[in-house]
Amino acid sequence: MSWFTSLFQRKRRYDDLSVSIQEHIHERVDELMQEGMTRQDAEREARRAFGNVALIEERGREAWQWVAFESLLRDLTLVFRRLRKTPGFAITVLLTLAIGIGANTAVFSVVNGILLKPLPYPDSDRLVALWLDAPGAGGLANFMNGLQLSTSMYLTFSDHNRSFEAMGIWNRNTANVTGLAEPEQVRTILVSGGVLEALDVPAAAGRWFSATDQDPHSTKTVMLSYGYWQRHFGGDRSVIGRTIQVDSQSREIVGVMPRGFRVEDRDFDLILPLQLDRAKQILAGFGWFGIGRLKPGVSIAQADSDIKSLIGVWMDSWSNGPGTNPHYYKIWRITPNFRSLKKQVIGNIGNVLWVVMATVGLVMLIACTNVANLLLVRAEARHQELSVRAALGASRGRIIRELMIESVTLGMMGGVLGVFVAYAGLRLLVQIGPVDLPRLSELSLDGWSLLFTFLLSVFSGVLFGAIPAIKYAWSKHALMMGGATRTTSAGRPRQRMRNLLVVAQVAMALVLLVCALLMIRTFAALRNVEPGFSDPAHVQLVSISIPDLLVPDQVAVMHLQNSIADKIAGIPGVTSVGFASAVPMDGDDPNWDELAVDGKVYESGEPPLRLFNYVSPGYFRAMGTRLVAGRDFSWSDLYALHPVVIVSENFARDSWGSAAAAIGKSVHQFSKSPRLEVVGVVEDVRQHGVDEKAPMIIYWPAMITNPYTRTPTIYGVRGVTFTIRSNRAGMENFLTQVQQAVWSVNGSLPLAGIQTMDDLTSQAMARTSFTLVMLSIAGSMALLLGIIGIYGIISYAVSQRTREIGIRLALGARKRELRWMFVRSALVLTATGVVFGLAAAIALTRLMKTLLFEVSPTDPVTYVTIPLILTIAAMAASYLPARRAASIDPVEALRAE
Amino acid sequence: MAKTNEQRDLFSGALELMVLHSLRLKPMHGYALVKHIQQVSGELLQIEEGSLYPALQRMLREGLLDSEAGVSAKGRPTRIYRLTAAGLRRLEDERSSFDKMFAGITRVLSTAQA
Repeated sequence: MSWFTSLFQRKRRYDDLSVSIQEHIHERVDELMQEGMTRQDAEREARRAFGNVALIEERGREAWQWVAFESLLRDLTLVFRRLRKTPGFAITVLLTLAIGIGANTAVFSVVNGILLKPLPYPDSDRLVALWLDAPGAGGLANFMNGLQLSTSMYLTFSDHNRSFEAMGIWNRNTANVTGLAEPEQVRTILVSGGVLEALDVPAAAGRWFSATDQDPHSTKTVMLSYGYWQRHFGGDRSVIGRTIQVDSQSREIVGVMPRGFRVEDRDFDLILPLQLDRAKQILAGFGWFGIGRLKPGVSIAQADSDIKSLIGVWMDSWSNGPGTNPHYYKIWRITPNFRSLKKQVIGNIGNVLWVVMATVGLVMLIACTNVANLLLVRAEARHQELSVRAALGASRGRIIRELMIESVTLGMMGGVLGVFVAYAGLRLLVQIGPVDLPRLSELSLDGWSLLFTFLLSVFSGVLFGAIPAIKYAWSKHALMMGGATRTTSAGRPRQRMRNLLVVAQVAMALVLLVCALLMIRTFAALRNVEPGFSDPAHVQLVSISIPDLLVPDQVAVMHLQNSIADKIAGIPGVTSVGFASAVPMDGDDPNWDELAVDGKVYESGEPPLRLFNYVSPGYFRAMGTRLVAGRDFSWSDLYALHPVVIVSENFARDSWGSAAAAIGKSVHQFSKSPRLEVVGVVEDVRQHGVDEKAPMIIYWPAMITNPYTRTPTIYGVRGVTFTIRSNRAGMENFLTQVQQAVWSVNGSLPLAGIQTMDDLTSQAMARTSFTLVMLSIAGSMALLLGIIGIYGIISYAVSQRTREIGIRLALGARKRELRWMFVRSALVLTATGVVFGLAAAIALTRLMKTLLFEVSPTDPVTYVTIPLILTIAAMAASYLPARRAASIDPVEALRAE
Repeated sequence: MAKTNEQRDLFSGALELMVLHSLRLKPMHGYALVKHIQQVSGELLQIEEGSLYPALQRMLREGLLDSEAGVSAKGRPTRIYRLTAAGLRRLEDERSSFDKMFAGITRVLSTAQA
């Protein structure tokens, strides 16, 4: 039977049913009349006994329907018809919901993509990052994450462990690729054997490095990233076997990794084999990221204890050279502190994300209360209609169901629109989001996000629909029929639920605004920090590295860097120029080692480790780092290898009491190494970000006598960042001139890391500013919704009490008193909300503690300002409708009834 | 029609069984069905009109019954319900399972008494 004929069939069935029922009742009436009842009584009795005819007919019809669906469809049609009739209401509600749901979906996608989804490697839960703890190493606390592996550790561990399927070490670097187009500086990843095997992602073309590729005496090979392969070779598969020049070394391409492949979230262009020479390794050099794949069923704790037993083997097997004590590291008390790779990748971003998620969740709640409020007004306007329907036989469940269907429909429509908002929001988020957000490339609106949207839509629909529905279920129909006339003022119970909602709204808005203001104050505090350099917008940074094969001689490298600096200094608008191994906040620590002050006795017997940086003359002036005492390096210090250093002010104070006292004092590295003279003291620099304490820093000349070799050799830095102070920093034509200056010295040197110091500091503050922006948006949305809520409730109260106001005015009430009456009721609600909000804020802001900087979670300024703002906003929001109330003409008001 | 204690509501399977059995005797319209069951049971069983009509529709849909236009004893137009072959089969199935159930219940009750 076709669908069409079945519809006709159904129509006939429905008619049959009505005829049957009608006949039934008639027959019963006849019977009752025969028993002596009057027709009227008999009819009433027959109908009463039969029950609700409409309802029974409906149940009978349901036998022919796809029941639930069809009655839903009918209700939906009604819902849409009603929404079309009140477009203002529909648009307000849908927009509110779309924004609320959209924001939540977007943030959920971020939380899901970063925190919840597994890393994109097969069986990624078995991957661990190999970090160690060394509580006995003085000064090591500066390594925030712990101790990394040395190459010798890797060799020992991978030879003897019983926990790992594969393990390896890797590091990131840069290299100059020449011979393709313009010379280009590319990001490289150096891997030992075991890294690719641990990550277990097959090559997209060609193969992984083999054991032979890792042999230092074999031919040089390289693997490409998917992006590099596409950019430079257009994805041509015949690149396998071709040769490219990497740091002036010919390397054969053996493989290409697939799209999206990263090493521990690190994007790269080339992978190079580490080619460790066993004969040359020593104990030290703890600068390697370790990665391992656990055997199935092995826990991280088991791996920890397995490797712990190998620390002794490691010290027995290697040394730091003749005459050194290989068991020196016993006092470091090295223990493994392995962690899941995912934990390593995510870092502490989780904190920020959960705060943001909670924030948008709160905004959603406020939005729901607003919508619930609107629905309440609507339900009240429909009191008469609902009462009539109830009297005509609609069951209470039926009407509640209809109210719920309406609100869930609104929720779902909001959800659909919300997906679009979320899509736009996510793109925006990726744009403004912190650059150091891990796994940013993996973010997308996936099935989980859509499921989340769906659940959130239904949940919020139920949430704001439940309030009018419950209220309806509690009220008595008879009362509604009688009581809902327009001649009386609204009864207290009717207003109570709406008041409650406004109080909740004010409380939630207060929490959000407090959070937002705390972030704003944190941001201001960060802006006020003296970072140890000045006017960062006018400092241009350019990184240049000079490979061994291009210029083997260190002194020649120095001359090259010197003449580049001179050329750049000649560009119009450049006031000073210098270079250094690392600049503040670039995330690079050139070296950490011991430095002893002559004559000082150290408690642990060893001087603590200090951060070393290697700088050229003029670097401090270009960076705007103040020289507190003494002098800067001179070029002759470098070329003549003078044993001189410059120290940071905090190091000088710590060692000699004051900056001035430091000048002329002597320090040394190891007992046998030459004494070094302190020639200058510079102000403290927040090397690791404005929110971290300035470390003690020892600045070495960019070329020195190598302290690590027995026979005197020269050590110079090959990869440096040029620091150029100019008011043309960042301009296109200026950068072209810088590039020409560099290439006029050597044409095969690529420029990298082109940015201003200001870019770098903003990146360092990106997380804070990201959180700030999110919380500020949420806070202002909350404030706006709160104001709308208060305005709505007061103006509704005014419209409901028109008659009462008329009487009051007629009896001589003053307009001012009338206005105050309404404003006061708004203030009472606000004050109640503020009290609850303050309590909640004090409890909740404690969770934000790690995000704050020099601002207490219970910052008094914040806790006074925000309630004040809310109170003023409430007064303004209630004053408008209150003024309208006072301007009512009593005659008009009374006549209106 | 207030219900006394002796008048029992029917559970759903039972109503279906009664209807099928009654219609096996002769085709009837709705009101006649109610009267028939009430009388035959000696007023012990009371049929709720509220459940009868939806139940009839369900059975029509399942093909256990057929309906046709007809007139009541008083000459008013109504619909007459009759048993189909499928309805007859269903009646027999239901009947044997009811018999088994009642036999079971009776046994349990008698042991409880002993």
